[in-house]
Amino acid sequence: MAELGISIGSLSFKNPVITASGTFGNGSEFDDFFDVSRLGGIVLKGTTLEPREGNSYPRMAETASGMLNSVGLQNKGIDYFEKNIYPRVSSYNTNVIVNVNGSYVEDYVALAERINKLDRIPAIELNISCPNVKTGGMAFGTNPETAREVIRKVRAVYSRVLIVKLSPNVTDITQFARISEEEGADSVSLINTLLGMAIDAAAMKPSLSTVTGGLSGPAVKPVALRMVWQAANAVKIPVIGMGGIRTVNDAIEFFLAGATAVQIGTASLIEPGTSVDILEGIGEYLDSKGFGSISEIIGYINRKQERTI
Amino acid sequence: MTKRIEDFTVTGNRFINKDIFLLELQAEGKLADLKPGQFVQVRVDGSPETFLRRPLSIHDADFERNTIKLLVQLAGKGTETLSRLQTGRKLNLIYPLGNSFTIPEQDEKILLIGGGCGVAPLLFLGKHLKSLGHSPEILLGFRNRERMIEYDEYMSIGPVSLATEDGSVGEKGFVTQHSLLAGKRFNRIYCCGPDRMMKAVAQYAFANGISCEVSLENLMACGFGACLCCVVDTVDGNQCTCIDGPVFNINKLKWQNSESA
Ligand SMILES: Cc1cc2nc3c(=O)[nH]c(=O)nc-3n(C[C@H](O)[C@H](O)[C@H](O)COP(=O)(O)OP(=O)(O)OC[C@H]3O[C@@H](n4cnc5c(N)ncnc54)[C@H](O)[C@@H]3O)c2cc1C
Ligand SMILES: Cc1cc2nc3c(=O)[nH]c(=O)nc-3n(C[C@H](O)[C@H](O)[C@H](O)COP(=O)(O)O)c2cc1C
Ligand code: FES
Repeated sequence: MAELGISIGSLSFKNPVITASGTFGNGSEFDDFFDVSRLGGIVLKGTTLEPREGNSYPRMAETASGMLNSVGLQNKGIDYFEKNIYPRVSSYNTNVIVNVNGSYVEDYVALAERINKLDRIPAIELNISCPNVKTGGMAFGTNPETAREVIRKVRAVYSRVLIVKLSPNVTDITQFARISEEEGADSVSLINTLLGMAIDAAAMKPSLSTVTGGLSGPAVKPVALRMVWQAANAVKIPVIGMGGIRTVNDAIEFFLAGATAVQIGTASLIEPGTSVDILEGIGEYLDSKGFGSISEIIGYINRKQERTI
Repeated sequence: MTKRIEDFTVTGNRFINKDIFLLELQAEGKLADLKPGQFVQVRVDGSPETFLRRPLSIHDADFERNTIKLLVQLAGKGTETLSRLQTGRKLNLIYPLGNSFTIPEQDEKILLIGGGCGVAPLLFLGKHLKSLGHSPEILLGFRNRERMIEYDEYMSIGPVSLATEDGSVGEKGFVTQHSLLAGKRFNRIYCCGPDRMMKAVAQYAFANGISCEVSLENLMACGFGACLCCVVDTVDGNQCTCIDGPVFNINKLKWQNSESA
């Protein structure tokens, strides 16, 4: 069997399959379907300092091969997390990563400081790319100055592995990947959802209460793959790729483009076992191609290009 | 209750009126333990437009034959595809999902109120209540005689009263205008149907201090609590229709004084 282990910064992952924030609840929603500890890691849903109710219903609309959501970071806040969710997720034998959100730089910093004290959370994913909140979120991740500031200030207080989640709603993704690297992030993950909208023609009104929302699912995969490839070629820190991954082949494409690990999002909502199916499939792919480890195919198409140039 | 992902075989599929069909599915092995009010998430293959699963209430369950029935109204691409499924075809389900109706411990005067395709979860509930020794009454509302469904099935549970908007069968008007509600005192109401109907029934229940549960049909992505897309505004904040519901006591919903039909 091929070696599937990878590292992100100082953190080892037993395999490169991670679940994406907001699509995997707090893990326990999947306990009936498979052993969550088999995964390389799980990213829990977006967490903020204070509880948030999120946006009002309707906040989901199905689109061709995808969906729009405007959940808006509904969560019970860090106090509740520490008391009720942390003890439960601590029993998983996998890397449990918290997705960190805020409306202001100080919120991100305060939250990162709190989570830094939690021994069983070896990494955070700094979400500067949520398109569904009025302040913070994507507003940070689409402006180079604010992105730099929030990453720098969080880095200063957070000593474990820092992953920055990038927004695809920018002209040049490499700029934000580089800023993350320069400010000391251990990794970048991308893509978050693409800003989109849908209208109910029969009712003649927007499908979402917020009018616009974030598009995810297979519909975004080609865009995501392009951005992951660009980012992977722009920075030395590992890139975690996601966006529309549904099959083993989808995941393999991301590795070949340069991703060190992949996250599975929307697909888990439809087939809860997608992540473990992909995990098994990656091993089979490597074996069938005669590769001894996942690292041999990471960025393969880029190395191949270098050779032929 | 452990959730499962399983292939079922279509053992029956027929239209019972112009736009409602009855789909019978058989589990490969033993049917999971199911409670009235719970639903299944059906995967509809074959089109990019049916990307998400479709939530459907469990209309009936037969634990000897390991079958369940779904009562489905044509709404769009997904339900249309399901309506054309031939016997013998496989259908992938995640089930059982959601909470269930609260079953009273003592003898109570129970009324089931259903409207249109919203009668779906009430048959399973009615049969269950009857098997426990309760004697529920049933009040069904339809647009007209042609739209009436499942009358005989409900008759096998208890006395059935009917209301139609045009008066073509039963009393003319909405269920909330039916003389049954003015004449008789019930302790408990279970209701499922169009939003406007459930809200009107809720007003009646509030006004008369009757315990009332409704079953909501919010748009869902996952159906098992992972995405937070299906929320309903409750007195305890946003709750997921798929795990905290679909059955809610009206005291939990912010429906007091809401507009009614
Ligand atoms: C818990 C639950 C139980 C349900 N039980 C039943 C049932 O027993 N029988 C039944 O016929 N239907 C039931 N529904 C509704 C059913 O899920 C939808 O009608 C179905 O998903 C529509 O799929 P479609 O592809 O045919 O239509 P689409 O093309 O997806 O939609 C067609 C139209 O229907 C509307 N619609 C879609 N989903 C819903 C929904 N959930 N609620 C209200 N309007 C919707 C859309 O906005 C659109 O205008 C239930 C829904 C939930 C959440
Ligand atoms: C319902 C839903 C909720 C999400 N919530 C979050 C979130 O809280 N934080 C975050 O960083 N990303 C969130 N995302 C984005 C996903 O993590 C992922 O970046 C995106 O959906 C693309 O991957 P996919 O196509 O595999 O889903 C959410 C996505 C969906 C569909
Ligand atoms: S539909 Fe995903 S949480 Fe309810």
